[in-house]
Amino acid sequence: MIKEYRTIERAFGPLIFVKNTKGVKFQEIVQIKLPDSSVKNGQVLEVTEDMAVVQVFEGTSGIDTKNSSVKFLGKTFMLKVGLDMLGRIFNGIGKPIDGGPEILGEKELDINGLAINPTSRDNPSDFIQTGISTIDCMNTLVRGQKLPIFSGAGLPHNKLAAQIVRQAKVLGENEKFAIVFGAMGVTHEEANFFREEFEKTSALERVVLFLNFADDPAIERLITPRIALTTAEFLAFDKGMHVLVILSDMSNYCEALREISSAREEVPGRRGYPGYMYTDLASIYERAGRIKGLPGSITQLPILSMPDDDKTHPIPDNTGYITEGQIVLSRSLHRQGIYPPIDPRPSLSRLMSKGIGPGKTREDHADVSNQLYAAYSEGMDKKDLVAVVGEDALSERDKKFLEFAGQFEKLFIAQDFNEDRPIEKTLDIAWNLFKIIPESELKRINPKYIEKYLPGKTKSFEEKNLEKDSKISKKHKSKK
Amino acid sequence: MEMPIITKISGPVVEAKNIIGAKVNEVVKVGNEKLFGEIIRLEKDLATIQVYEETAGLMPGEPVECTGKPLSIELGPGLLGSIYDGVQRPLEVIREKSGNFIARGLTAPALSRNKKWHFKPTIKNGSIVRGGQVIGTVNETESIVHKILVPVKLNGKISDISEGDFSVNDVICKVDGVEVKLMQEWPAKQKRPYLEKLSPSELLVTGQRVVDFLFPVPKGGTASIPGPFGSGKTVMQHQLAKWADAEIIVYVGCGERGNEMTDVLTEFPRLKDPRTDKPLMNRTVLIANTSNMPVAAREASIYTGITIAEYYRDQGYNVALMADSTSRWAEALREVSSRLEEMPGEEGYPAYLGSRIAEFYERAGLVRTLNGDIGSISAIGAVSPPGGDFSEPVTQNTLRITKVFWALDAALSERRHFPSINWLSSYSLYVDEVGQWAEKNVSKEWPRARAKIMELLQKESQLLEIVQIVGPDALPQKDRILLEIARMIREDFLQQNAYNEIDTYCSLQKQLGMVKAILLFEEKAMSIDTITHEEIGRLDSMKRIARLKYVPNKEFDAELNYTMSLITKEFEEIARKEKNLKKEVG
Repeated sequence: MIKEYRTIERAFGPLIFVKNTKGVKFQEIVQIKLPDSSVKNGQVLEVTEDMAVVQVFEGTSGIDTKNSSVKFLGKTFMLKVGLDMLGRIFNGIGKPIDGGPEILGEKELDINGLAINPTSRDNPSDFIQTGISTIDCMNTLVRGQKLPIFSGAGLPHNKLAAQIVRQAKVLGENEKFAIVFGAMGVTHEEANFFREEFEKTSALERVVLFLNFADDPAIERLITPRIALTTAEFLAFDKGMHVLVILSDMSNYCEALREISSAREEVPGRRGYPGYMYTDLASIYERAGRIKGLPGSITQLPILSMPDDDKTHPIPDNTGYITEGQIVLSRSLHRQGIYPPIDPRPSLSRLMSKGIGPGKTREDHADVSNQLYAAYSEGMDKKDLVAVVGEDALSERDKKFLEFAGQFEKLFIAQDFNEDRPIEKTLDIAWNLFKIIPESELKRINPKYIEKYLPGKTKSFEEKNLEKDSKISKKHKSKK
Repeated sequence: MEMPIITKISGPVVEAKNIIGAKVNEVVKVGNEKLFGEIIRLEKDLATIQVYEETAGLMPGEPVECTGKPLSIELGPGLLGSIYDGVQRPLEVIREKSGNFIARGLTAPALSRNKKWHFKPTIKNGSIVRGGQVIGTVNETESIVHKILVPVKLNGKISDISEGDFSVNDVICKVDGVEVKLMQEWPAKQKRPYLEKLSPSELLVTGQRVVDFLFPVPKGGTASIPGPFGSGKTVMQHQLAKWADAEIIVYVGCGERGNEMTDVLTEFPRLKDPRTDKPLMNRTVLIANTSNMPVAAREASIYTGITIAEYYRDQGYNVALMADSTSRWAEALREVSSRLEEMPGEEGYPAYLGSRIAEFYERAGLVRTLNGDIGSISAIGAVSPPGGDFSEPVTQNTLRITKVFWALDAALSERRHFPSINWLSSYSLYVDEVGQWAEKNVSKEWPRARAKIMELLQKESQLLEIVQIVGPDALPQKDRILLEIARMIREDFLQQNAYNEIDTYCSLQKQLGMVKAILLFEEKAMSIDTITHEEIGRLDSMKRIARLKYVPNKEFDAELNYTMSLITKEFEEIARKEKNLKKEVG
């Protein structure tokens, strides 16, 4: 028999303190019955011999200390998972909100998951083509990676995420894939945008949506990414699917974390965020990867908005220390009307070198990418210099780099929302841009590739054929 | 007597009562699942325990079991090539037991109890031995001979020693009647004794140009690598672990990415040690506590690593220990401290942060071991300052104790200048000692060449400030040439491609050769009065210098000679033309 307590001593913010408890487990799930007989859920945050601190997911509003009753369910937060989740929409704590039936499920999983044994992890190395030049060429995404998008208020990160979802594919393969979308504190409008995008590409039956809206209790947000990832782990490692997990917006998640922390009167770390935020975020982001001998994978694409575009703010900062790189959106590119406004300079993909090169993309990929970085950085430096001393003060060489930077933004970074650029095309655009700067400045590229790929260098087909013909005729002659 | 039971659970911190006779730092088994924990505070019969595993599901009233032992590390043959979690559980074995995900309450001995090792005594029955003395050897891997030491506090007459095959738990001899096994235990948080500390001077050759040439760390030195995310800390640590010429490498992945540990795990067994031509894994011990593994075990991982390092040092080896990242370890300290409701110091870190960091780095160093050999630990710690702000407590406390500072710079990494060690803000306090060593062991020119390179880089930064204000045109030709040469130093010497087969490791001879070529170029360019920077930019020798780094070792000497003569020739040509011009004008 599960005992019911009517001993709530204090209730404020997201927390209630229940006294005279016995046999309560740390982190177990709690049901709270309100006087109006509505039910709320919570989780034990701290427990002593005769008292339990409970965080209430739906907030404490309506709870009283006299009539509300508390039931401890004796288990930690479990989620029923099954293939019937595909194509369904759930709220932030995993209840269906699309009017469909409850999930039958195959099994129940603890939403906190367990850490993957480092010796079981497989090296992520499959190139994912997103069809976006700045990502594919310069910050390559590979299967099993966690690569966040660092955005800011008003920047088109949702559009970019939708485009990636629509276009992402592993070249030459046709495998089972699924998308798990965990939305935290998004507006109804944003949620609709994603839903419509998924419908348009008829991908909806491959998508599992978890929606915690901006007007839902903040505390639920702590659960949303965990149930999303539990679902993803089931699909990937039990069902062998390649799962792309999108979490938006992680900043809202961190705000909720801070709220709980301050309600618990913990010692705050930087900017009031709890000191354990790194560990907490890691328990989410680290649930990406591949496992040796299993076919599936989890690739994470979390989106977060940098408060005031500040990369050193604790949210992007802690994220960047855990994830394998970051895609940074730039406000100045956005103002210039460039979409997608990805600034390659602060962006990075740590697993890039594993996913590119001969057999995966193309032999010249790494060199081209390095050269683009170097040339664009140099061009942008010159741009800064021009602001001070004027364009006339630049040497011929410097002017060429300046021109390169401008053209690079226009022709390489910018592309249409519907344009799905294959990697070969992306690389070819890069080579065309290299014509702007002197060949001797292409220091990062192996001369062998310059010979082969730089336009004007390569012999046309006719020339090559002529050569071949002449060789053959020579052979014939010598035989005679 | 009442049984010890749990009274309170808050994250990784658990309180228990009825604990009698226990000591601080004693290991306890918590709850029905026997989770691994350590007592960190005692108050009469109340104990505060930090638990090294997930505590979800624990309940007040569950039993607590004291073991009477502090957190101890198993030391003996079988460490090399292993991968452990923060409290020395062998992850390979854990995987066999619980599958791909790490379950709770699992225990497994760190050293395999079944494997037999061939023990050869180096000492005879009846000899008098003291603690720390070598009594025999075991071939642990193809490249490392494991020396078996008398446990530290044991002295006396040896008996029953003989050659044979033993497992780590078998008795191999007796010292005054006390059994000695192949394996011994040592408390992780206590430093192992030695005879005396010596001042390090021999360079720890890493094959990384900016490190070896500009900011060297000697064998037994301490270094820190602070840098914001994405500045290349981890790649740097991996490079050092791969190429540093230490005999033993201990790599501690402390609260870092799982996929990066996988990288180490897949790459090290495949890579060959350039000196022994055996897999790098043969000399490596890995401690992997990824960021989502329990936070208290992360705190322990640093101690586990340094204790293993000390054990090999005591055998007379040069050990290099990499810790990536010490900030995560400090954060673990902070998290536990705040659960203990201690008074927070700066940024919420406990007030004893500085002394803990100092204690850790002080366990490194060059020592004379109890056996009378020379052994060393070089400790290299990555620091991850929040927001890249070096004024934060972990960076500052680390700088106070380490002698080498490699400042990673986001601005450099953004333009893909790797390793992105900033040459203006980094320093090494060992420059003089290592310089003297290099004079004797590499070349007399070493210290002077280093000073000259630093001078050029320094001048460049001053000139660049002027350029920012007035533009490059306003500079005199000599200064513009200097800018070109500084650019050569940066791009052709300091930049090094970790992913290029040849460039990933650069021998000291090659480093010096490259510098000599650049300095010759500089000397010649500066000796001609009317030369312009455009002119030198067209020279073939400049392009050849740029390609030197990709020249394989075998061909390097020939290529260097050719390049040097080309430099001389090309500048002579220019000088002659100039003379002619002057004559004509004259």
